[in-house]
Amino acid sequence: MTKYTDQGKKDTRSGYGDGMTELGRTNPNVVALCADLVGSLKIQTFIDENPERFFQVGIAEANMMGIAAGLTIGGKIPFTGTFANFSTGRVYDQIRQSIAYSDKNVKICASHAGITLGEDGATHQILEDIGLMKMLPGMTVINPCDFNQTKAATLAIAELHGPVYLRFGRPKVANFTPVDQKFEIGKALHLTEGTDVTIIATGHLVWESLIAAEALENQGISAEVINIHTIKPLDEEAIIKSVKKTGCVVSAEEHNYLGGLGESVARTLASHHPTPQEFIATQDTFGESGTPEQLMEKYGLNNKAIEAAVLKVMKRK
Amino acid sequence: MANLEELQDLVVQVRRDILRMVHKVNSGHPGGSLGCTEFFVALYNEVMELKDGFDMDGKDEDLFFLSNGHISPVYYSVLARRGYFSVDELNTFRLINSRLQGHPTTHEGLPGVRIASGSLGQGMSVAIGAAQAKKLNGDNKLIYSLHGDGELQEGQNWEAIMYAAGNKVDNYIATIDLNGQQIDGSTDDVLPLGNVAEKFRVFGWDVVEVGNGNDLEQIIAGLNEAKSRTGKGKPVCIVMTTMMGNGVDFMMHTHAWHGKAPNDEQLATALAQNPETLGDY
Repeated sequence: MTKYTDQGKKDTRSGYGDGMTELGRTNPNVVALCADLVGSLKIQTFIDENPERFFQVGIAEANMMGIAAGLTIGGKIPFTGTFANFSTGRVYDQIRQSIAYSDKNVKICASHAGITLGEDGATHQILEDIGLMKMLPGMTVINPCDFNQTKAATLAIAELHGPVYLRFGRPKVANFTPVDQKFEIGKALHLTEGTDVTIIATGHLVWESLIAAEALENQGISAEVINIHTIKPLDEEAIIKSVKKTGCVVSAEEHNYLGGLGESVARTLASHHPTPQEFIATQDTFGESGTPEQLMEKYGLNNKAIEAAVLKVMKRK
Repeated sequence: MANLEELQDLVVQVRRDILRMVHKVNSGHPGGSLGCTEFFVALYNEVMELKDGFDMDGKDEDLFFLSNGHISPVYYSVLARRGYFSVDELNTFRLINSRLQGHPTTHEGLPGVRIASGSLGQGMSVAIGAAQAKKLNGDNKLIYSLHGDGELQEGQNWEAIMYAAGNKVDNYIATIDLNGQQIDGSTDDVLPLGNVAEKFRVFGWDVVEVGNGNDLEQIIAGLNEAKSRTGKGKPVCIVMTTMMGNGVDFMMHTHAWHGKAPNDEQLATALAQNPETLGDY
């Protein structure tokens, strides 16, 4: 089984910040907006180097989404930045009408997604954002898994015309994907080859899936770990092909099981290749305060939970 | 300046278009459309600097954004008669497979429209973004927008109003259609707006008041005055008092025709009050 090494823990939001720094230097049409969370979004270097291309909108996310839509008229490529909760639920209708329905080339970049936001608690821990955004026609939805992938995704979405939701997080997590790996929007990444079970993971759950796969290997179970960074459009072909080989699937995400990646996988398989599936996701609940590690354990989102789900789903084959 | 008489003829013809469009599909919003007819005619035929043809980016020309998208009939009529698309297409208003959706949208590719609107309160933010893009592009043309007065009840406007002043978005002229009416009644009864002009002033805008937005000369003068105040560090707001349903006696002095179409008899009466000038579509 292919082994992955943590190159040193880093937060995915810093991957976004580094990506923005690079875009600031290479793409004169890229502009950044922020709703009073510059430090959290790690875009200070972009601002220092391109002050005229940065728009501080204050604590006014609805206005930020509208301004971003307007900036595209005239050829700019706006990247909005705030927490995932305020990037989606708070401004859903602004995104729906002014961005998605109007087909505006806005990149909605959302930090502090999911439960690993930690101590601030449920008001800030959105677990519904993937569902909200994937339901919008024409919206591309991306949830990268580590620092390197987030940086690569940030660069890649600048090249795609159309609205994009880019979701990343707050905590420092393993950074394990190759630094120079090309980010292909809509393309699944096979991290390990396996024959007994397919684990389909996104975001912070990808590293947890790799740990689980290693533990399973020690028990003689061969797990195929697929990293889905692009939840929409979904790489259905890769999923179906793998599941035809393994016969069962575990989906893993830091999101509600309603509306998330798991549901997209289930829909795909129901239409093309019905397959037993277990869902690693929150169970239609809000989060709470705690450390990211405590919360991932309490809400069943870590490698142990994935391992248990694999053992369960294999019995259903 | 275009001949005032010609513009007045266009106003009457646009009124006929509005009435016939909403009558045909027995739906749509004639009241606010009729109230803003003079504004649209003046803006598109006298005030804005426009290129021939249409492209989404609209560089090196003035741009307009309609925030209160429900008054699409007047918008479509004026766009068609300005040459953005054939006036015959007004026949397809609100019909299936039409580019003339109930509320304006870019989705079907209708020339002249750069943003979807209908869900209220979003247009000012979009206009500000377009104004900022013009500044970044070194483009000295202007951005215009129109908003209903009732629409100011949406909180996003006040985020945008604060932002535009704080960031000196001075290549932008927002017009508020002060007709005092909304679906459920007068704005005073539903949710009082207070002194709209004063509110914009204390937020840091330069304000031009037009006492009768249904008087072509007044609205042209008001728009030109607003234009002369751009580039001076403040966004500019025109507070334009209008009469909902203007030009059709039974549609005036009431909110009843906000979103209601005339029947056959009412249409005949309304058209008789506005005899054909430039030719019906």
